[in-house]
Amino acid sequence: MTLLLVLLGGAVGASARYLTDVTVQRRHGTDVPWGTWTVNVLGSFVLGVVAESGPHWVLILVGTGFCGALTTFSTFGYETVRLREQGRSGLAAANVAGSLAVGLLAAVLGWWLGTAL
Amino acid sequence: MPAPDPGPEPDPEPDRDPFPGLPVDPDVTREADVGPPRIHGAVVGVVALGGALGSTARWAVAEALPHASGRLPWATLLTNVVGCALIGVLMVLVVERWPGRRLVRPFLGTGILGGFTTFSTYVVDTRTLVATGHAAVATAYLLGTLVAGLLAVVVGLRLTERLVRRPTGRTAP
Repeated sequence: MTLLLVLLGGAVGASARYLTDVTVQRRHGTDVPWGTWTVNVLGSFVLGVVAESGPHWVLILVGTGFCGALTTFSTFGYETVRLREQGRSGLAAANVAGSLAVGLLAAVLGWWLGTAL
Repeated sequence: MPAPDPGPEPDPEPDRDPFPGLPVDPDVTREADVGPPRIHGAVVGVVALGGALGSTARWAVAEALPHASGRLPWATLLTNVVGCALIGVLMVLVVERWPGRRLVRPFLGTGILGGFTTFSTYVVDTRTLVATGHAAVATAYLLGTLVAGLLAVVVGLRLTERLVRRPTGRTAP
C-alpha cells in the first residue's frame, strides 16, 4: 500500500514538475532557472504543511511521493554548476542563496500553516 | 566497432566553458519544450514513469537508513549527492552519445533523477533540526549537502567527459 502511494505521488509530482518548468521557462528568455526555483519553493511549502500535521498516508502520498518528485536537488545542483562554468558565478551564487533562503522560508511558512490548521 | 577519429583535441582553456555543448537547464530545452505551446504526451508519460521509479528508490533508501531525531539525515544526503553525480554523467552522455534520442533525458533526468533527489525533504529536515534545537547539525547538513552535491555534479561531468571523449585508437599498443 505504501509503495503504491509513493509510485502514484511520484508519477504525479514528476509530471507536475515538468509541466511547471515548461510553463515558467516559456515566460522568460533567460537561462535563470526560474522553473526549478518555482517547483522547489512550492514543494518545500507543501511538504512543510504535511510533514508534521497530516495522517501518515498523506505524508507518504503528498510528502514522500508528490513533493519529493516535484522538487529536485539534482537539477538544482546541475544548473548551478553549469552557470558557474559559463562564467556566471554571480548568477550561480544567487541561485543557491535564493533557492535555500526562499525554500527554507517556504518550509517554515508551510509548517506554521500546517500546525495552525 | 569502427569509430570516427575526431583527431587530437587541444586542451580547453581554463577560463572557457569546459562543456560548451551542455545546456544549463537539463529538463526543458528551448527547441523541444518552449516556443509554440505544446505538450508532448510521450514526454510527460516517461517523466511520470521515471518519477514513480525514482521516488520509490528514494523511499527505499530512506527506509533502509532511518535517522534518529536530531541526527544527520544520511539517507537524503546520500540520495541527493548520488543523484547529482548521476545527472552530470547523464548530461554528458545525452549530448555526446545519444543526441537524437528524445525520451532518454526526460525519462532518466527529469523523471528518475528528479524523482530520486529531493529539495523539499532537504529544507524541511533542516527546518526541523533547527526547530528541535540542533542548529549545528542543521548547518552541517545544509552546507554539507550543498557542497557535496555541487562537487558530485562536477565529478560526474568531468569523469564522463574524459571517458567518452577518449580517442579509441590512441591507447592501442
